[in-house]
Amino acid sequence: MKKQVTLSKEFLKGVWDNNPVLKQLLGLCPTLAVTVSAINGLAMGLAATFVLVMASLLISTIRKIIPPQVRIASFIVIIATFVTIVDLVMKAKFPDLSKALGPFIPLIVVNCVILGRQEAFASKNNPGRAFLDAIGMGAGFTIALLVLGGIREIIGSRTFFGLQIMPDQFEPWLIMILPAGAFLTLGLLLGAVNVYADRKKRLEHESLVAHYKRVGREELIEELEVK
Amino acid sequence: MELFIIFISAAIVNNFVLAYFLGICPFVGVSNKLSSATSMGMATTFVMVITAIVSWLLYNLVLIPYNLAFLQIPSFILVIASLVQFVEMVIKKVSQPLYRALGIFLPLITTNCAILGLALFGSMREYSFLENVIFGLGAGAGFTLALVIMAGIREELDLADVPKPFQGAPITLIVAGILALAFMGFAGMI
Repeated sequence: MKKQVTLSKEFLKGVWDNNPVLKQLLGLCPTLAVTVSAINGLAMGLAATFVLVMASLLISTIRKIIPPQVRIASFIVIIATFVTIVDLVMKAKFPDLSKALGPFIPLIVVNCVILGRQEAFASKNNPGRAFLDAIGMGAGFTIALLVLGGIREIIGSRTFFGLQIMPDQFEPWLIMILPAGAFLTLGLLLGAVNVYADRKKRLEHESLVAHYKRVGREELIEELEVK
Repeated sequence: MELFIIFISAAIVNNFVLAYFLGICPFVGVSNKLSSATSMGMATTFVMVITAIVSWLLYNLVLIPYNLAFLQIPSFILVIASLVQFVEMVIKKVSQPLYRALGIFLPLITTNCAILGLALFGSMREYSFLENVIFGLGAGAGFTLALVIMAGIREELDLADVPKPFQGAPITLIVAGILALAFMGFAGMI
């Protein structure tokens, strides 16, 4: 039973607590560059998730064979192989999307989220756990890109996934789909995430203090303040 | 004239950081002090020019003639990584002052997406050899410019009273957004 809980945590930590974009600030280049629309963000997120999951699975399977001295180089070659697969498949099946994302699909190779997970997690854990971790991180990355792309598309071109949802009276803010809008939106989004996380932390702290007061162990509160 | 336009376009109008979002990690990470921003910019420019030369040769003399264009991504990244390592060793042997100025930044640059982006853009746009080198030089100059401006602003920003949740990365991104807005003014130039 205990194992079950930790496994689901392995998955969930990537979605929120350690969200690669919103909390760890990794992989910002593709995040900012492709999120002109929700569909672009989703496509980029899924492509990166595929590479992350496949690379994590393979690397955690052969982690004992890779000599530690050349591990980074081997990781990069493995990642580059999967990126090439994604790039070629997208060129063949979704030529429009591939053109819209431009060089950012090949640039998944140097996405620090992917290399970071291999170094920090997949090279030290069994394939099952590495798979869950990769899926979670990929989901977190995709969600962040989708939210950013959604906000920018709704305000910048009145549509969401190509469907018009804002009334005609609403004048689209051109800046949102220009580079400057990407920086501004992500900056405000990060600020909002920090506000939310701070408030959650304070509420937790207060409820802990109240609990200690109830059971009459004031000395623990002081310990908490020191922390 | 053609070369001049490529240079200006890469450096200012289509600035790598502010228009293409390449190299955001060092842009956010290293831009808090003017001196380290200058060194980082110079080291990146140096690697960019070398990358432009080598990636052009690799793409046009090896990958295209032997029909291996699908190996572009792995071969570029491997060549860039080993090249940076090699350059680091050479600089360490040849010039100690230069090594002290650029040394610690060189390994970081290998995984900078601006470098791989430069190589990919070069092959995508089918530049000639000279054009590609100028493109690399312009991209490096643009990167340095953005980094130095940003570092200057952030040194002042330390004194500003920023709301707590916005301190650090969020305010940096918002400032970068305003900077990108200013750089959009150059868009009509070419």
